[in-house]
Amino acid sequence: MTLDLTNIRADFPILSRKVNGQPLVYLDNAATSQTPKQVIDVIADYYKRYNANIHRGVHTLSQEATDKFEEARKTVQDHFGIEKTHEIIFTPGTTHSINLVAFGFGSLLKTGDEVIVSALEHHANIVPWQMMCERSGAILRVIPMTDAGTLDMKAYDKLLNDKTKLIFVNHVSNALGTINPIEEIIEKAHAIGAAVLVDGAQACGHIKPNLQKLNVDFYTVSAHKLCGPTGVGILYGKEHWLKKLPPYQGGGEMIDEVTFEKTTYADLPHKFEAGTPNICGGIAFGAALNYMNAVGFEAIGAYEDELLKNATDRLSKIEGLRIYGESERKTAVISFNIDDIHPYDIGTLLDKMGIAVRTGHHCAQPIMDYYKIPGTVRASFAFYNTLEEVDQFVNGVQRATDMLR
Amino acid sequence: MTVKQVQNEIIEEFSLFDDWMQRYEYMIELGKSLPLIDTQYKTDQNIIKGCQSKVWVHADMVDEKVIFTADSDAIITKGIIAILIRTFSNHSPKEILEANTNFIDQIGLKEHLSPTRANGLVSMIKQLKLYALAYQTQLN
Repeated sequence: MTLDLTNIRADFPILSRKVNGQPLVYLDNAATSQTPKQVIDVIADYYKRYNANIHRGVHTLSQEATDKFEEARKTVQDHFGIEKTHEIIFTPGTTHSINLVAFGFGSLLKTGDEVIVSALEHHANIVPWQMMCERSGAILRVIPMTDAGTLDMKAYDKLLNDKTKLIFVNHVSNALGTINPIEEIIEKAHAIGAAVLVDGAQACGHIKPNLQKLNVDFYTVSAHKLCGPTGVGILYGKEHWLKKLPPYQGGGEMIDEVTFEKTTYADLPHKFEAGTPNICGGIAFGAALNYMNAVGFEAIGAYEDELLKNATDRLSKIEGLRIYGESERKTAVISFNIDDIHPYDIGTLLDKMGIAVRTGHHCAQPIMDYYKIPGTVRASFAFYNTLEEVDQFVNGVQRATDMLR
Repeated sequence: MTVKQVQNEIIEEFSLFDDWMQRYEYMIELGKSLPLIDTQYKTDQNIIKGCQSKVWVHADMVDEKVIFTADSDAIITKGIIAILIRTFSNHSPKEILEANTNFIDQIGLKEHLSPTRANGLVSMIKQLKLYALAYQTQLN
Protein backbone atom coordinates (compact mmCIF):
# COMPACT_ATOMS: atom_id res chain seq x y z
CA MET A 1 0.00 0.00 0.00
CA THR A 2 1.41 3.37 -0.95
CA LEU A 3 0.43 6.75 0.42
CA ASP A 4 -1.39 9.35 -1.63
CA LEU A 5 0.86 12.26 -0.69
CA THR A 6 -1.09 14.90 -2.64
CA ASN A 7 -4.28 14.14 -0.74
CA ILE A 8 -2.52 13.68 2.58
CA ARG A 9 -0.72 17.03 2.30
CA ALA A 10 -3.99 18.73 1.39
CA ASP A 11 -5.32 17.59 4.78
CA PHE A 12 -2.71 19.73 6.59
CA PRO A 13 -3.41 23.44 6.06
CA ILE A 14 -0.14 24.51 7.71
CA LEU A 15 1.98 22.67 5.14
CA SER A 16 1.03 25.19 2.46
CA ARG A 17 2.26 28.24 4.35
CA LYS A 18 5.47 30.10 3.71
CA VAL A 19 8.22 30.81 6.21
CA ASN A 20 10.69 33.62 5.54
CA GLY A 21 9.32 33.82 2.01
CA GLN A 22 10.00 30.12 1.32
CA PRO A 23 7.59 27.19 1.25
CA LEU A 24 7.65 25.54 4.68
CA VAL A 25 9.63 22.29 4.95
CA TYR A 26 8.61 21.00 8.36
CA LEU A 27 11.14 18.51 9.74
CA ASP A 28 10.56 18.94 13.45
CA ASN A 29 7.96 16.24 13.81
CA ALA A 30 9.64 14.64 16.80
CA ALA A 31 8.96 17.86 18.71
CA THR A 32 5.37 18.09 17.58
CA SER A 33 3.45 16.81 14.59
CA GLN A 34 1.09 18.92 12.49
CA THR A 35 -2.68 18.76 12.69
CA PRO A 36 -4.96 17.64 9.83
CA LYS A 37 -8.19 19.50 9.13
CA GLN A 38 -10.16 16.42 10.21
CA VAL A 39 -8.85 17.02 13.75
CA ILE A 40 -9.08 20.82 13.57
CA ASP A 41 -12.74 20.41 12.55
CA VAL A 42 -13.45 18.21 15.57
CA ILE A 43 -11.94 20.85 17.86
CA ALA A 44 -14.01 23.63 16.28
CA ASP A 45 -17.14 21.47 16.33
CA TYR A 46 -16.74 20.81 20.05
CA TYR A 47 -16.66 24.52 20.90
CA LYS A 48 -19.39 25.40 18.42
CA ARG A 49 -21.89 22.72 19.37
CA TYR A 50 -21.43 20.88 22.64
CA ASN A 51 -18.83 22.49 24.93
CA ALA A 52 -19.82 21.44 28.46
CA ASN A 53 -18.31 19.91 31.57
CA ILE A 54 -18.50 16.15 31.68
CA HIS A 55 -19.49 13.28 33.98
CA ARG A 56 -21.85 15.19 36.25
CA GLY A 57 -24.23 17.32 34.23
CA VAL A 58 -27.84 16.30 33.79
CA HIS A 59 -28.25 18.47 30.74
CA THR A 60 -27.96 17.38 27.12
CA LEU A 61 -24.73 19.22 26.26
CA SER A 62 -22.94 17.67 29.20
CA GLN A 63 -24.21 14.25 28.21
CA GLU A 64 -23.07 14.71 24.62
CA ALA A 65 -19.61 15.88 25.69
CA THR A 66 -19.32 12.96 28.13
CA ASP A 67 -20.30 10.48 25.44
CA LYS A 68 -17.72 11.87 23.00
CA PHE A 69 -14.97 11.94 25.64
CA GLU A 70 -15.65 8.34 26.67
CA GLU A 71 -15.88 7.36 23.01
CA ALA A 72 -12.35 8.76 22.61
CA ARG A 73 -11.21 6.55 25.49
CA LYS A 74 -12.62 3.57 23.58
CA THR A 75 -10.77 4.67 20.44
CA VAL A 76 -7.54 4.79 22.45
CA GLN A 77 -8.35 1.34 23.85
CA ASP A 78 -8.89 -0.19 20.40
CA HIS A 79 -5.85 1.50 18.91
CA PHE A 80 -3.41 0.36 21.57
CA GLY A 81 -4.97 -3.06 22.16
CA ILE A 82 -5.79 -2.33 25.80
CA GLU A 83 -7.83 -4.89 27.73
CA LYS A 84 -9.92 -2.65 29.97
CA THR A 85 -11.17 0.88 29.30
CA HIS A 86 -10.47 1.97 32.87
CA GLU A 87 -6.79 1.15 32.42
CA ILE A 88 -6.57 4.36 30.38
CA ILE A 89 -5.99 7.59 32.30
CA PHE A 90 -6.30 10.85 30.39
CA THR A 91 -3.44 13.17 31.36
CA PRO A 92 -1.94 16.38 29.94
CA GLY A 93 0.69 14.23 28.21
CA THR A 94 3.66 11.95 28.66
CA THR A 95 5.57 14.10 31.16
CA HIS A 96 2.52 14.21 33.39
CA SER A 97 1.88 10.49 32.97
CA ILE A 98 5.43 9.67 34.08
CA ASN A 99 5.19 11.98 37.06
CA LEU A 100 1.93 10.33 38.07
CA VAL A 101 3.57 6.90 38.17
CA ALA A 102 6.78 8.20 39.80
CA PHE A 103 4.76 9.88 42.54
CA GLY A 104 2.76 6.76 43.33
CA PHE A 105 5.47 4.17 42.82
CA GLY A 106 7.73 5.95 45.29
CA SER A 107 5.36 4.99 48.08
CA LEU A 108 5.82 1.30 47.20
CA LEU A 109 9.63 1.47 47.42
CA LYS A 110 11.95 1.23 50.38
CA THR A 111 15.56 2.24 50.95
CA GLY A 112 17.92 0.03 48.97
CA ASP A 113 15.40 -0.97 46.30
CA GLU A 114 16.72 -0.48 42.79
CA VAL A 115 15.19 1.07 39.70
CA ILE A 116 16.70 1.19 36.22
CA VAL A 117 16.72 3.96 33.62
CA SER A 118 18.32 3.87 30.18
CA ALA A 119 21.07 6.19 28.95
CA LEU A 120 18.90 7.16 25.97
CA GLU A 121 16.16 8.97 27.87
CA HIS A 122 14.55 12.37 27.55
CA HIS A 123 14.78 14.44 30.74
CA ALA A 124 11.07 13.76 31.31
CA ASN A 125 11.92 10.09 31.86
CA ILE A 126 14.88 10.84 34.16
CA VAL A 127 14.07 13.71 36.49
CA PRO A 128 10.73 12.47 37.93
CA TRP A 129 12.48 9.20 38.88
CA GLN A 130 15.42 11.00 40.47
CA MET A 131 12.88 12.87 42.56
CA MET A 132 11.21 9.57 43.40
CA CYS A 133 14.55 8.07 44.46
CA GLU A 134 15.26 11.06 46.70
CA ARG A 135 11.93 10.57 48.44
CA SER A 136 12.07 6.80 48.77
CA GLY A 137 15.78 6.00 49.19
CA ALA A 138 15.74 3.79 46.10
CA ILE A 139 18.89 3.57 43.96
CA LEU A 140 18.93 4.63 40.30
CA ARG A 141 20.88 2.37 37.92
CA VAL A 142 21.59 3.19 34.27
CA ILE A 143 21.65 0.91 31.20
CA PRO A 144 24.64 2.31 29.27
CA MET A 145 24.58 3.16 25.58
CA THR A 146 26.89 2.22 22.72
CA ASP A 147 28.57 4.40 20.07
CA ALA A 148 25.84 3.44 17.62
CA GLY A 149 23.26 4.95 19.97
CA THR A 150 21.76 1.64 21.07
CA LEU A 151 21.36 0.15 24.53
CA ASP A 152 24.01 -2.18 25.89
CA MET A 153 21.73 -5.13 26.57
CA LYS A 154 24.45 -7.26 28.14
CA ALA A 155 24.89 -4.56 30.74
CA TYR A 156 21.14 -4.56 31.26
CA ASP A 157 21.20 -8.28 32.09
CA LYS A 158 23.82 -7.59 34.75
CA LEU A 159 21.83 -4.75 36.31
CA LEU A 160 18.79 -6.92 37.00
CA ASN A 161 18.65 -8.48 40.46
CA ASP A 162 16.18 -9.30 43.21
CA LYS A 163 16.21 -5.69 44.45
CA THR A 164 15.12 -4.33 41.06
CA LYS A 165 11.55 -3.06 41.23
CA LEU A 166 10.98 -0.93 38.14
CA ILE A 167 12.55 -0.24 34.74
CA PHE A 168 11.69 2.87 32.71
CA VAL A 169 12.81 3.22 29.14
CA ASN A 170 11.58 4.96 26.03
CA HIS A 171 10.18 3.01 23.12
CA VAL A 172 12.04 5.34 20.74
CA SER A 173 14.82 7.79 21.62
CA ASN A 174 13.78 11.37 20.83
CA ALA A 175 17.34 12.57 20.21
CA LEU A 176 18.54 9.69 18.01
CA GLY A 177 15.46 7.82 16.76
CA THR A 178 16.70 4.46 18.10
CA ILE A 179 13.88 1.93 18.53
CA ASN A 180 14.71 0.17 21.79
CA PRO A 181 14.23 -3.60 22.27
CA ILE A 182 11.39 -3.10 24.72
CA GLU A 183 10.04 -6.63 24.21
CA GLU A 184 13.27 -8.08 25.57
CA ILE A 185 13.49 -5.47 28.33
CA ILE A 186 9.95 -6.28 29.51
CA GLU A 187 10.39 -10.04 29.36
CA LYS A 188 13.60 -10.01 31.38
CA ALA A 189 12.21 -7.56 33.92
CA HIS A 190 9.13 -9.68 34.47
CA ALA A 191 11.30 -12.76 34.94
CA ILE A 192 12.69 -11.20 38.13
CA GLY A 193 9.36 -9.69 39.19
CA ALA A 194 10.07 -6.06 38.24
CA ALA A 195 7.61 -3.76 36.48
CA VAL A 196 8.30 -1.74 33.31
CA LEU A 197 7.18 1.70 32.18
CA VAL A 198 7.66 2.50 28.51
CA ASP A 199 7.61 6.14 27.38
CA GLY A 200 5.89 5.91 24.03
CA ALA A 201 5.94 9.62 23.15
CA GLN A 202 8.33 9.24 20.23
CA ALA A 203 6.98 5.93 19.00
CA CYS A 204 3.25 6.50 18.80
CA GLY A 205 3.31 8.64 15.64
CA HIS A 206 5.17 5.93 13.74
CA ILE A 207 4.46 2.56 15.34
CA LYS A 208 1.20 1.01 16.53
CA PRO A 209 2.03 -1.08 19.59
CA ASN A 210 -0.36 -3.66 21.00
CA LEU A 211 0.03 -3.08 24.73
CA GLN A 212 -1.62 -6.31 25.79
CA LYS A 213 0.69 -8.34 23.60
CA LEU A 214 3.63 -6.27 24.73
CA ASN A 215 2.63 -7.11 28.30
CA VAL A 216 3.99 -3.76 29.46
CA ASP A 217 2.95 -2.48 32.90
CA PHE A 218 2.78 1.23 32.08
CA TYR A 219 2.85 3.04 28.73
CA THR A 220 2.65 6.77 28.08
CA VAL A 221 1.50 8.70 25.01
CA SER A 222 1.24 12.38 24.01
CA ALA A 223 -1.48 13.20 21.46
CA HIS A 224 0.47 16.01 19.81
CA LYS A 225 3.09 13.56 18.56
CA LEU A 226 0.46 11.82 16.43
CA CYS A 227 -1.45 14.66 14.77
CA GLY A 228 -3.52 15.50 17.85
CA PRO A 229 -3.49 18.68 19.97
CA THR A 230 -0.99 19.57 22.70
CA GLY A 231 -1.93 19.26 26.37
CA VAL A 232 -3.46 15.80 26.26
CA GLY A 233 -2.20 12.24 26.36
CA ILE A 234 -2.66 9.04 28.28
CA LEU A 235 -1.16 6.86 30.88
CA TYR A 236 -1.90 3.20 30.32
CA GLY A 237 -1.43 1.05 33.39
CA LYS A 238 -2.34 -2.54 34.14
CA GLU A 239 -5.37 -2.57 36.41
CA HIS A 240 -3.61 -4.17 39.38
CA TRP A 241 -0.85 -1.55 39.27
CA LEU A 242 -3.23 1.39 38.98
CA LYS A 243 -5.17 0.03 41.96
CA LYS A 244 -1.98 -0.20 43.97
CA LEU A 245 -0.78 3.36 43.24
CA PRO A 246 -2.12 6.16 45.47
CA PRO A 247 -3.88 9.08 43.75
CA TYR A 248 -1.54 11.73 42.33
CA GLN A 249 -3.66 14.85 42.65
CA GLY A 250 -6.72 15.56 44.74
CA GLY A 251 -9.78 17.43 43.60
CA GLY A 252 -13.18 17.02 42.03
CA GLU A 253 -14.09 13.99 39.93
CA MET A 254 -11.54 11.73 41.68
CA ILE A 255 -13.53 11.22 44.89
CA ASP A 256 -16.13 8.79 46.11
CA GLU A 257 -17.20 10.59 49.30
CA VAL A 258 -15.72 13.66 50.95
CA THR A 259 -16.03 14.61 54.62
CA PHE A 260 -13.56 16.64 56.65
CA GLU A 261 -12.64 13.47 58.55
CA LYS A 262 -11.95 11.23 55.59
CA THR A 263 -12.27 11.09 51.84
CA THR A 264 -12.64 7.90 49.85
CA TYR A 265 -11.52 7.81 46.25
CA ALA A 266 -13.37 7.05 43.08
CA ASP A 267 -12.75 3.92 41.04
CA LEU A 268 -10.44 3.80 38.05
CA PRO A 269 -9.89 5.73 35.86
CA HIS A 270 -11.40 8.69 37.74
CA LYS A 271 -9.14 8.20 40.76
CA PHE A 272 -6.34 9.68 38.62
CA GLU A 273 -8.39 12.26 36.73
CA ALA A 274 -8.84 15.05 39.28
CA GLY A 275 -10.49 18.22 38.06
CA THR A 276 -11.95 19.02 34.67
CA PRO A 277 -9.92 17.15 32.06
CA ASN A 278 -8.90 18.48 28.65
CA ILE A 279 -12.26 17.42 27.23
CA CYS A 280 -11.87 18.86 23.75
CA GLY A 281 -8.27 17.60 23.65
CA GLY A 282 -9.33 14.07 24.55
CA ILE A 283 -11.99 14.03 21.84
CA ALA A 284 -9.50 15.44 19.30
CA PHE A 285 -6.96 12.79 20.37
CA GLY A 286 -9.51 10.16 19.36
CA ALA A 287 -10.04 11.91 16.03
CA ALA A 288 -6.26 11.99 15.45
CA LEU A 289 -6.01 8.23 16.03
CA ASN A 290 -8.87 7.67 13.61
CA TYR A 291 -7.12 9.84 11.03
CA MET A 292 -3.81 8.04 11.35
CA ASN A 293 -5.43 4.63 11.23
CA ALA A 294 -7.25 5.63 8.04
CA VAL A 295 -3.85 6.48 6.53
CA GLY A 296 -2.53 3.20 7.95
CA PHE A 297 0.45 2.60 10.22
CA GLU A 298 1.95 -0.08 8.01
CA ALA A 299 2.06 2.26 5.04
CA ILE A 300 3.31 5.10 7.28
CA GLY A 301 6.15 2.93 8.60
CA ALA A 302 7.26 1.73 5.16
CA TYR A 303 7.13 5.22 3.66
CA GLU A 304 9.00 6.85 6.54
CA ASP A 305 11.71 4.18 6.23
CA GLU A 306 12.11 5.21 2.60
CA LEU A 307 12.41 8.89 3.59
CA LEU A 308 14.96 8.00 6.27
CA LYS A 309 17.08 5.89 3.94
CA ASN A 310 17.04 8.49 1.20
CA ALA A 311 17.90 11.36 3.54
CA THR A 312 20.61 9.35 5.35
CA ASP A 313 22.30 8.30 2.09
CA ARG A 314 22.32 11.82 0.70
CA LEU A 315 23.33 13.61 3.90
CA SER A 316 26.22 11.19 4.45
CA LYS A 317 27.80 12.50 1.25
CA ILE A 318 28.29 15.95 2.80
CA GLU A 319 31.92 16.28 3.81
CA GLY A 320 32.51 16.29 7.55
CA LEU A 321 28.96 15.25 8.41
CA ARG A 322 28.50 12.76 11.23
CA ILE A 323 25.21 11.11 12.06
CA TYR A 324 24.55 10.23 15.71
CA GLY A 325 22.35 7.18 16.19
CA GLU A 326 23.01 4.38 13.74
CA SER A 327 20.80 1.68 15.10
CA GLU A 328 19.44 -0.77 12.56
CA ARG A 329 16.00 -0.14 14.01
CA LYS A 330 15.23 3.56 13.84
CA THR A 331 12.32 5.89 13.25
CA ALA A 332 12.79 8.64 10.67
CA VAL A 333 15.04 10.83 12.80
CA ILE A 334 18.50 12.05 11.77
CA SER A 335 20.66 13.73 14.39
CA PHE A 336 23.90 15.12 13.01
CA ASN A 337 26.74 17.62 13.19
CA ILE A 338 29.15 18.89 10.56
CA ASP A 339 32.76 19.21 11.69
CA ASP A 340 32.78 21.63 14.60
CA ILE A 341 30.05 23.91 13.24
CA HIS A 342 27.58 24.75 16.02
CA PRO A 343 24.14 23.20 15.43
CA TYR A 344 22.53 26.53 16.26
CA ASP A 345 24.20 28.14 13.24
CA ILE A 346 22.95 25.47 10.85
CA GLY A 347 19.44 25.60 12.32
CA THR A 348 19.34 29.39 12.01
CA LEU A 349 20.35 29.35 8.34
CA LEU A 350 17.95 26.49 7.51
CA ASP A 351 15.14 28.52 9.08
CA LYS A 352 15.93 31.38 6.71
CA MET A 353 15.37 28.85 3.89
CA GLY A 354 11.98 27.84 5.32
CA ILE A 355 13.27 24.55 6.73
CA ALA A 356 12.27 23.77 10.32
CA VAL A 357 14.62 21.49 12.26
CA ARG A 358 15.46 21.21 15.92
CA THR A 359 18.88 22.08 17.29
CA GLY A 360 20.35 21.69 20.75
CA HIS A 361 20.54 18.92 23.29
CA HIS A 362 16.95 17.78 22.70
CA CYS A 363 16.33 17.52 26.46
CA ALA A 364 18.65 14.52 26.47
CA GLN A 365 21.87 15.91 27.91
CA PRO A 366 23.29 12.52 28.99
CA ILE A 367 23.37 11.45 25.32
CA MET A 368 25.16 14.67 24.31
CA ASP A 369 27.62 14.16 27.18
CA TYR A 370 28.30 10.64 25.93
CA TYR A 371 29.27 11.98 22.50
CA LYS A 372 30.96 15.04 24.08
CA ILE A 373 29.01 17.51 21.95
CA PRO A 374 26.87 20.53 22.93
CA GLY A 375 24.01 19.30 20.76
CA THR A 376 23.03 18.22 17.29
CA VAL A 377 20.87 19.28 14.38
CA ARG A 378 17.88 16.97 14.31
CA ALA A 379 15.66 16.44 11.30
CA SER A 380 12.61 14.31 12.07
CA PHE A 381 10.25 13.22 9.34
CA ALA A 382 6.55 12.38 9.23
CA PHE A 383 4.42 10.57 6.69
CA TYR A 384 3.37 13.89 5.09
CA ASN A 385 6.94 14.83 4.20
CA THR A 386 8.07 14.21 0.61
CA LEU A 387 11.22 13.14 -1.20
CA GLU A 388 11.30 16.64 -2.75
CA GLU A 389 11.50 18.03 0.78
CA VAL A 390 14.41 15.69 1.49
CA ASP A 391 16.08 17.29 -1.56
CA GLN A 392 15.44 20.79 -0.29
CA PHE A 393 16.70 19.84 3.15
CA VAL A 394 19.95 18.23 1.94
CA ASN A 395 20.63 21.14 -0.40
CA GLY A 396 19.88 23.55 2.44
CA VAL A 397 22.34 21.82 4.75
CA GLN A 398 25.00 21.96 2.02
CA ARG A 399 24.31 25.65 1.42
CA ALA A 400 24.43 26.48 5.14
CA THR A 401 27.67 24.54 5.53
CA ASP A 402 29.27 26.41 2.63
CA MET A 403 28.35 29.71 4.26
CA LEU A 404 29.67 28.71 7.67
CA ARG A 405 32.96 27.15 6.63
CA MET B 1 31.62 58.74 17.69
CA THR B 2 28.53 58.48 19.82
CA VAL B 3 26.67 55.21 20.22
CA LYS B 4 23.99 56.54 17.91
CA GLN B 5 26.56 57.38 15.23
CA VAL B 6 28.05 53.92 15.35
CA GLN B 7 24.59 52.43 15.06
CA ASN B 8 23.79 54.60 12.04
CA GLU B 9 27.03 53.47 10.46
CA ILE B 10 26.02 49.83 10.92
CA ILE B 11 22.55 50.49 9.50
CA GLU B 12 24.20 51.99 6.44
CA GLU B 13 26.50 49.01 5.99
CA PHE B 14 23.58 46.60 6.14
CA SER B 15 21.49 48.67 3.71
CA LEU B 16 23.87 47.58 0.95
CA PHE B 17 22.60 44.02 1.09
CA ASP B 18 19.67 42.80 -1.00
CA ASP B 19 18.83 39.55 0.68
CA TRP B 20 19.20 37.55 3.87
CA MET B 21 22.09 35.51 2.54
CA GLN B 22 24.32 38.53 2.07
CA ARG B 23 23.33 39.84 5.50
CA TYR B 24 24.19 36.54 7.13
CA GLU B 25 27.41 36.14 5.20
CA TYR B 26 28.44 39.57 6.46
CA MET B 27 27.45 38.66 9.99
CA ILE B 28 29.51 35.48 9.83
CA GLU B 29 32.47 37.62 8.69
CA LEU B 30 31.89 39.99 11.61
CA GLY B 31 31.73 37.01 13.91
CA LYS B 32 35.15 35.92 12.80
CA SER B 33 36.57 39.39 13.53
CA LEU B 34 35.07 39.75 17.01
CA PRO B 35 37.59 41.10 19.58
CA LEU B 36 38.01 37.86 21.45
CA ILE B 37 37.84 37.61 25.19
CA ASP B 38 41.16 36.75 26.82
CA THR B 39 41.27 33.03 27.64
CA GLN B 40 41.70 33.76 31.35
CA TYR B 41 38.22 35.36 31.36
CA LYS B 42 36.58 32.56 29.35
CA THR B 43 35.49 30.89 32.53
CA ASP B 44 32.27 29.24 33.58
CA GLN B 45 31.68 32.23 35.81
CA ASN B 46 31.62 34.56 32.79
CA ILE B 47 29.24 32.36 30.79
CA ILE B 48 25.88 33.85 30.00
CA LYS B 49 23.66 30.87 29.64
CA GLY B 50 21.33 30.84 26.70
CA CYS B 51 19.57 27.62 25.89
CA GLN B 52 21.89 26.55 23.11
CA SER B 53 24.88 28.72 22.34
CA LYS B 54 27.28 29.73 25.07
CA VAL B 55 28.22 33.39 25.37
CA TRP B 56 31.15 34.80 27.39
CA VAL B 57 31.57 38.49 28.15
CA HIS B 58 34.29 40.46 29.91
CA ALA B 59 34.54 44.20 30.61
CA ASP B 60 37.42 46.57 31.49
CA MET B 61 37.47 50.31 32.08
CA VAL B 62 40.21 52.33 30.42
CA ASP B 63 40.18 56.15 30.70
CA GLU B 64 36.61 56.10 31.98
CA LYS B 65 35.47 54.13 28.93
CA VAL B 66 34.22 50.57 29.06
CA ILE B 67 35.88 48.04 26.75
CA PHE B 68 34.03 44.80 26.12
CA THR B 69 35.42 41.54 24.81
CA ALA B 70 33.35 38.40 24.21
CA ASP B 71 33.06 35.06 22.53
CA SER B 72 30.46 32.44 21.64
CA ASP B 73 30.61 28.87 20.39
CA ALA B 74 28.11 29.70 17.59
CA ILE B 75 29.35 31.89 14.77
CA ILE B 76 26.08 33.69 13.97
CA THR B 77 25.69 34.53 17.64
CA LYS B 78 29.26 35.83 17.53
CA GLY B 79 28.37 38.04 14.58
CA ILE B 80 25.56 39.70 16.48
CA ILE B 81 27.78 40.07 19.53
CA ALA B 82 30.35 41.76 17.32
CA ILE B 83 27.69 44.24 16.19
CA LEU B 84 26.52 44.90 19.74
CA ILE B 85 30.02 45.28 21.11
CA ARG B 86 30.92 47.66 18.32
CA THR B 87 28.11 49.95 19.46
CA PHE B 88 28.59 49.57 23.21
CA SER B 89 32.35 49.28 23.60
CA ASN B 90 34.64 52.28 24.07
CA HIS B 91 31.92 54.51 25.51
CA SER B 92 31.37 55.96 28.95
CA PRO B 93 29.24 53.92 31.37
CA LYS B 94 26.58 56.62 31.20
CA GLU B 95 26.34 56.42 27.40
CA ILE B 96 26.08 52.64 27.55
CA LEU B 97 23.32 52.80 30.13
CA GLU B 98 21.35 55.22 27.95
CA ALA B 99 21.88 53.29 24.72
CA ASN B 100 19.24 51.02 23.22
CA THR B 101 19.31 48.24 20.64
CA ASN B 102 16.41 49.34 18.43
CA PHE B 103 18.74 49.58 15.43
CA ILE B 104 18.81 45.77 15.30
CA ASP B 105 15.25 45.93 13.84
CA GLN B 106 16.47 48.17 11.06
CA ILE B 107 19.21 45.79 9.93
CA GLY B 108 16.80 42.87 9.67
CA LEU B 109 18.05 40.87 12.64
CA LYS B 110 15.17 41.55 14.99
CA GLU B 111 14.40 37.88 15.52
CA HIS B 112 17.79 37.32 17.16
CA LEU B 113 17.05 39.71 20.00
CA SER B 114 13.62 38.33 20.82
CA PRO B 115 13.50 37.37 24.51
CA THR B 116 12.22 33.91 23.59
CA ARG B 117 15.13 33.20 21.26
CA ALA B 118 17.35 30.61 22.86
CA ASN B 119 20.70 32.22 22.09
CA GLY B 120 21.61 34.15 25.23
CA LEU B 121 21.81 37.53 23.52
CA VAL B 122 19.11 39.23 25.55
CA SER B 123 20.86 38.16 28.74
CA MET B 124 24.10 39.37 27.23
CA ILE B 125 22.78 42.90 26.68
CA LYS B 126 21.57 42.90 30.27
CA GLN B 127 25.05 41.84 31.36
CA LEU B 128 26.73 44.61 29.29
CA LYS B 129 24.48 47.14 31.01
CA LEU B 130 25.20 45.65 34.43
CA TYR B 131 28.93 46.09 33.84
CA ALA B 132 28.29 49.70 32.77
CA LEU B 133 26.20 50.27 35.89
CA ALA B 134 28.96 48.88 38.11
CA TYR B 135 31.56 51.16 36.50
CA GLN B 136 29.18 54.12 36.72
CA THR B 137 28.86 53.52 40.45
CA GLN B 138 32.68 53.48 40.71
CA LEU B 139 32.91 56.82 38.93
CA ASN B 140 30.31 58.53 41.13
